[in-house]
Amino acid sequence: MLDKNGIAKRIAQEVQDGFYVNLGIGIPTLVANYVRDDIELEFQSENGILGMGPFPREEEVDADLINAGKQTITALPGASFFDSSMSFGMIRGQHVDLTILGAMEVAQNGNIANWKIPGKMVKGMGGAMDLVGSAKNIIVAMMHTNKAGDSKLLKTCSLPLTGVECVTKIVTNLAVLDIVDKKFRLLERAPGISVEDIQKATEGELIIEGDIPEMSI
Amino acid sequence: MINKTVNNVTEALEGVQDGMTFMLGGFGLSGIPENSIQELVKRNVQNVTCISNNAGVDDFGLGLLLKKKQIKKMISSYVGENAEFERQMLSGELDVELIPQGTLAERCRAAQNGIPAFYTPAGYGTEVAEGKEVRDFNGKPHIMEKAFEADFAFIKAWKGDEAGNLIFKGTARNFNPVMCGAAKITVVEVEELVKPGELDPNFVHIPGIFVQRIFKGEKFEKRIEQRTTK
Repeated sequence: MLDKNGIAKRIAQEVQDGFYVNLGIGIPTLVANYVRDDIELEFQSENGILGMGPFPREEEVDADLINAGKQTITALPGASFFDSSMSFGMIRGQHVDLTILGAMEVAQNGNIANWKIPGKMVKGMGGAMDLVGSAKNIIVAMMHTNKAGDSKLLKTCSLPLTGVECVTKIVTNLAVLDIVDKKFRLLERAPGISVEDIQKATEGELIIEGDIPEMSI
Repeated sequence: MINKTVNNVTEALEGVQDGMTFMLGGFGLSGIPENSIQELVKRNVQNVTCISNNAGVDDFGLGLLLKKKQIKKMISSYVGENAEFERQMLSGELDVELIPQGTLAERCRAAQNGIPAFYTPAGYGTEVAEGKEVRDFNGKPHIMEKAFEADFAFIKAWKGDEAGNLIFKGTARNFNPVMCGAAKITVVEVEELVKPGELDPNFVHIPGIFVQRIFKGEKFEKRIEQRTTK
């Protein structure tokens, strides 16, 4: 089974040379730590920076330079700043190549819910609805089950939706899956996890074709 | 040159009244109009609607207005950082309209640019789309969103000149430029106020035509929400 860093490490393999990438808050943020050194890419943060760099040294901290998680960051050589409208122009206009975000639930038709638990938690959608509404390539990074042990990969989402039929790939602590014909298709197993383990933790329909390889991370 | 300067924050907020709708720049606590917010607290205006991406934290930014229950309605995309906000929202004291962040930005930009409405895919098939016109473009459904209408826009810029030309810094830019000229009156507070000619016109982010009042902020605390270092 993978931990959060393991999930991030596996997703980092999906990042290709020349990609502009938007990372959501949580596990997706960790992906930046594991991208290969030999490819060129730029991270976009929707609050208005392309070319986001690592956290600053203490003496470099600048209140005017943060990421979408409100963390202090740095700008790499070649970075640019822009306003929120242009930022979402990049996203809506499909100029961003890859979007990685977290989720509370994903359904087998690609629906995603990650912004609201009615009566309990209402933090808002932030940029998630814009991202999932337009991005061509959306990877969800999440744990396979919630804290109560219930599957987060469902036939249909029970929580208010963030977007419809938009998720293309899911990387969890147990597996890598994509969505084909409105079903989850199992692509890889996490180290030490069996197909049966994954089946048990998946409420939605699961396509299993041939031998499912263990992921290499 | 048309001079847009006012002497202080008190003059800058002349005409602010109960029941008005305000736009406030900023993302988290970065680039928020700290001085105008303090003045709104001081004036104790009531029943206001605030259009702002976030709602501050409990003891800073818009959190200060929330604490005094001056806000009737918030229009935001993300409000996770504020416990008092969540309490007022869940108890029904505060009316909240949560909208996608890109839609929030574009509804400001539309108001700034004289575009009454536009179509976006963001929010299609979700609660956000309820009651809105849906139209297909290139085989994909979009929902119609309308330009905001607001009485005042409160903006924070880094540098400005007396003509109201503005330059922003880093990611403190965020919603500030798109809110300039998107309300009836745009009030800008700057860290540095310079004479006309001192800003290179090639590097002006927002021309003064979008600004009615500009002043040098007395104090900028620039609080950091998540101080993360190597």
